Formats: sequence, structure tokens, C-alpha cells
Amino acid sequence: MTGKLTYREAVRAALREALAGDPRVFLMGEDVGRYGGAYACSKGLLEEFGGDRVRDTPLSESTFVGAGIGAALGGMRPIVEVMTVNFSLLALDQIVNNAATLRHMSGGQLSVPLVVRMATGGGRQLAAQHSHSLEGWYAHIPGIKVVAPATVADARGMLRLALRDPDPVFIFEHAMLYPMEGEVDDAALPRDLTRAAVRRSGVDVTVITYGGSLWKALEAAEQLAKEGIEAEVLDLRSLRPLDTQGIMASVAKTHRALVVDEAWRTGSLAAEISAQIMEGAFYDLDAPVARLCSAEVPMPYAKHLEDAALPQATTIVDAIRGMRKRRG
Amino acid sequence: MPFPCLPNLPVERDRMLHLLREMLRIRRFEEKAAELYTVGKIRGFLHLYIGEEAVAVGAMQALTADDAIVATYREHGHALARGIPAGPLMAEMYGKANGVSRGRGGSMHFFDVSRRFYGGHAIVGAGLPIAVGLALADRLQGRARVTACFFGDGAVAEGEFHESLNLAALWKLPVLFLCENNLYAMGTAIARHQAQPDLARKAESAGLCAEVVDGMDVLAVEAATRRVADTVRLGLGPHFLELQTYRFRAHSMYDPELYRTKEEVEQWKIRDPIATFATRLREWRLLSDPDWAALEATVAGEIEDAVRVAEEGPWEPVADLTRDVYTPSGTP
Repeated sequence: MTGKLTYREAVRAALREALAGDPRVFLMGEDVGRYGGAYACSKGLLEEFGGDRVRDTPLSESTFVGAGIGAALGGMRPIVEVMTVNFSLLALDQIVNNAATLRHMSGGQLSVPLVVRMATGGGRQLAAQHSHSLEGWYAHIPGIKVVAPATVADARGMLRLALRDPDPVFIFEHAMLYPMEGEVDDAALPRDLTRAAVRRSGVDVTVITYGGSLWKALEAAEQLAKEGIEAEVLDLRSLRPLDTQGIMASVAKTHRALVVDEAWRTGSLAAEISAQIMEGAFYDLDAPVARLCSAEVPMPYAKHLEDAALPQATTIVDAIRGMRKRRG
Repeated sequence: MPFPCLPNLPVERDRMLHLLREMLRIRRFEEKAAELYTVGKIRGFLHLYIGEEAVAVGAMQALTADDAIVATYREHGHALARGIPAGPLMAEMYGKANGVSRGRGGSMHFFDVSRRFYGGHAIVGAGLPIAVGLALADRLQGRARVTACFFGDGAVAEGEFHESLNLAALWKLPVLFLCENNLYAMGTAIARHQAQPDLARKAESAGLCAEVVDGMDVLAVEAATRRVADTVRLGLGPHFLELQTYRFRAHSMYDPELYRTKEEVEQWKIRDPIATFATRLREWRLLSDPDWAALEATVAGEIEDAVRVAEEGPWEPVADLTRDVYTPSGTP
């Protein structure tokens, strides 16, 4: 497959390839079958692969995620779709207490080759209960892997890599990205699940981000280029494990780092990245590490308030200008 | 109670003595564990199964080596009855590297994949979805197997109980739900946590066939489990058994037992599953004093060996602390 695809079509193509290529793979979740997926990612798959392989579940997040864990223990390669990260909180116990622990707690006897996909992020006026960006919480947990495809090529390629992984992999798809178009070349899909990618090269500052914020960071970088500031934009891709080496390499080059994360600042992944840079690249820095995160407020509904709560290209530009004013 | 088979058949006598021995192994193993706890050899939580032995032993007779077991944090009895040797179990409670879970789990987290023993789960109710998933894997791979899921009456209050029974019934999955109703969710009596204490009715409302069984009677448990295991294995849908039983010891070693009377415990001890079964075997002339003495001696020897395995076992090197958080790459 080569050419232009939407992010949604790329996810669907990846699901189709997975189902066609491995009889152990099946997809289950809320409305993945008849409805075609809340974000239409699995449209047509029920008709193509049948009800055994594409399973609509009741609204029982804890149990269908737990059943995914059990099916993985039983030799299957389940892909569980939790409609959104907001509902994954109902399955938190299965994820934290079972998926993440079973290998270690069994003394290495078990592996849980489970893939869980879910939509994440705000920006669609869905208010406080449907706009969470909690992937950083999951990245806190040893025993699981957490990835966030930001590009159409990663939406196409990461699922394949996740299914090859013997441990639980959580894929966070930013809901704003589903209609985005991008080029996909199946011959040149990503081969690594956990390495960060430089999406724009620059020498003056590194913007470290992932998921939906990547595109805002790239837009900001274009704006700054007109002012003679060349920002490097690093797409983390994987939130656990973090590509610490990739982060350090970029900071060593630019000497400045801004972390952009749609999650709240307090106790965030942005805090972890900032601390890692402090520990690993302190003497490379010309300015303190800066963070741009969401305002510490439950997400409001009104558009102007939601826009103000989230990092935006304009606020990224402002944050970088602010860093430049500091003397190194 | 009339004896269902001819008591003088040697094979029948062997089977009866096997059941008695299995229950006695659990009893003596746990008495030793409690003793070792008081001297600090075993730490963490230790939940004893004493009083409930007929449930695990009876139910396990109906399961084949291909069937899977998911149990709770009170799982010493299930692990022993499943055939996991006592030595690695005791070593696990010591936290030794030769423990069944390499000292990573302790008393609450026994695992033995070679015997399809999938834990040892210490979050109440959280084992049920795992069992549903194991059964789903069997269904999708066309294997006629049972996943036996043990849990207590406390789990019935969890959302996952209702979710799991519904999903298993909806998809007709081969799960055998075995509810060990010992009348207490830790220290809260069932009448204080269930508006509808008839647990079988709850299962029926989810679309499962459900039965109530005397969990103090090993033969009743065995018979009921055998009766339903085959229908589950054949793919006719999940089944629910409420096994009415009683925990003679405290919830854990920390429990001062302020929530129940000594008289209540003594009343239940009259129905001790081991003592009553031994009495029946004597009445049926299947058990003599020398038989009993020999049984006790065999079990004592096994427990002694288990303690030796634990005492002599190595400690996992601290250098291996973070081993088995992830699967080494290249492992399928």
C-alpha cells in the first residue's frame, strides 16, 4: 500500500493486515463490529472477518480488557479497543494490577501479548469527561509499553510492531488525528516501536512532544523559522520506554528544550522528561528546560476556554520566544 | 448417607483415601505455614484456607490436566490440590528463588503454567475476567477445555462479577465459576454486604445455570463439579456453583476476628470437612486407625520435605531485581 491515506484509514489497514495475517489475532471492544468503531477504524472488518474475530462487547471495560489479558495468556493475540482513554479508567485495575504485573509476579512464567488501542486527547468540545490525556499515567507503570502514533505512517506501522511484542502494548491515538491525511509507503514503514523521531531538524531549541501536539509544534516551528529560530521537533512516539538517548542527542545539539504535552503539568510525563534532561544533559543546557502543558482545570466545554486550556501553536511560539530571551 | 458405590471395591477405597489425603495435605501444610509465620520465616499476608479444603479438593477431581485454574489470594489449597509440589509452594512463601513464582509473588501469588495454574490473584473479583479470557482463547482455538475460576462471596459485590458472568453467558464460554461462599468478605458478613444473599439467583439472573452445594462435603463438591464440568467442556455455556463453606481461621494473620463469635466458629467446626469425612470412611470401613496414622505420617513427611526445600532454597540475587518485568526480546 502506497499513497495518501487518512490516519483512520491507516489504522484500519493495519487492523485488516493483522487479522488477515495471523489467525491468533482478534479485535474486541465496544462497537467495533456492527457500528464499525466509534471512530470508524474497524468499518467493514466484521463483514470481512466475521463475528469470532471482530467482537462487539458489552460496556464492561474492566472485563473485556481482563478477557484480553486472559486470551493473551491462552495463546491468542488480542487487540482490545477501549473506545477512549476516558473509559479506560474503568479498566485501570486490570491494566495496572494484571497486565503489568503477571509476568513479574509469576516469576517470568507468563507473558501477556496484548495490544490495547484507545483514542485520547481534547480539542473537540467534549468537556471534562471526554477530553482526557492520561497516557502519561500509563507510562508510569513498569510492565507495559505505551506508544502514541502521531503520523499516518506510524498509525499504519505501529500496530504491526505492537503485535510482535510479547508484552502488553498500549496505543494512544489522538482523536483529532483520525481525519488527517498523510503519505504511507508500506515498503518504508517504521521498524522500531520505541525510538523517538526527529520530525524537523533545527539547531536553536528542541521541542519534545508526541501525538496530537506534534502538528502544533511543527506549525510553531515554521512560524519561528520566519524569525530566524530553527526549532528541532522530536516526536517521542514511545512514552514507555522513553527514548532517553534520542532526547539527549537532540538537546546536546540545540542546548534548549521545551516539552509540549496535552496532559496536566503536575506530576506529568513532561516533568519526567524535564528531570531526565536535568540529570543527563545539565551541562549542555543554555536555558532551563521549559514545559507547556494543559491548564490545570477539568476541560471546559466552551471553545474559547478549551482552546485556552490546551497547548497551541501560538503558545508554543511564545514559549520558545520566552526561552530565547533568557541569557544562556 | 447411603454409600453410592460398593465400599469394598479397592479402587473406590483408594479414591476415598486420596480425597482425605488431599484435604489433610492442605490442612497440615497451612498449619505449618502459620507456625512459620509466627517465627518470621513467612511474611506479608498469609490467608489460610483451613475449613474450606473440601471445596478445592472436591472441585479439582473433575478437572483434567488441560483445564485451567484461576484462583484467589487464598489459594494454597487449590495449588496443592492441583498437584503443584509442596516444596516450591513453601519456598515461594519464604521468598526464595526456587519458589513457584521465584519469590516474586509470595503466599498470594502462586503460578504454575505447566499445570495451567494461572494464579494467585489478590484483587477481589479481578480473576474473573482473566478466566473469561482464557476460556475465550480455548473457544477460538477449538479446544474442549474448562477454565475453573475460584472466588469468594466478597467478589460478588464487585462489578467484574456481574460483567464476567454476563460476558461468559453471552458468548457461551467454557468457564466454571466456583464461588466459595465462606459467609464473610474479609470481616463483613454476607448479610451486611448483599441485599440478595442467594448468590445462585444472581448467577441465574445473568443467564447461567447455578447450583448450591455443601462445600463442607468433599463428595458433594466432587459430584456437583463432575456433573457440570463436562457440560461446560462441551461448550454448552458457563456454569455457576455456590459452594457453602466456612473459614475456621482468621482472614489473615493480622485479623483479630472481632466480627464473629467463637461460638459461631465452633459450630462450624463440628462440620470440619476432614473430620466428618474421616468419620464417614470409618463408618464405611474404608479407614482404620493404622490407615489414619499412615496417612498422617505420609503427609508429615511431605510437609517436612517442603520446609527443607524452602530452607535450603537460594535467594534470588538482588542483581536480578528487575528481571521479568518485560519478556526478553526474541521470546515468542
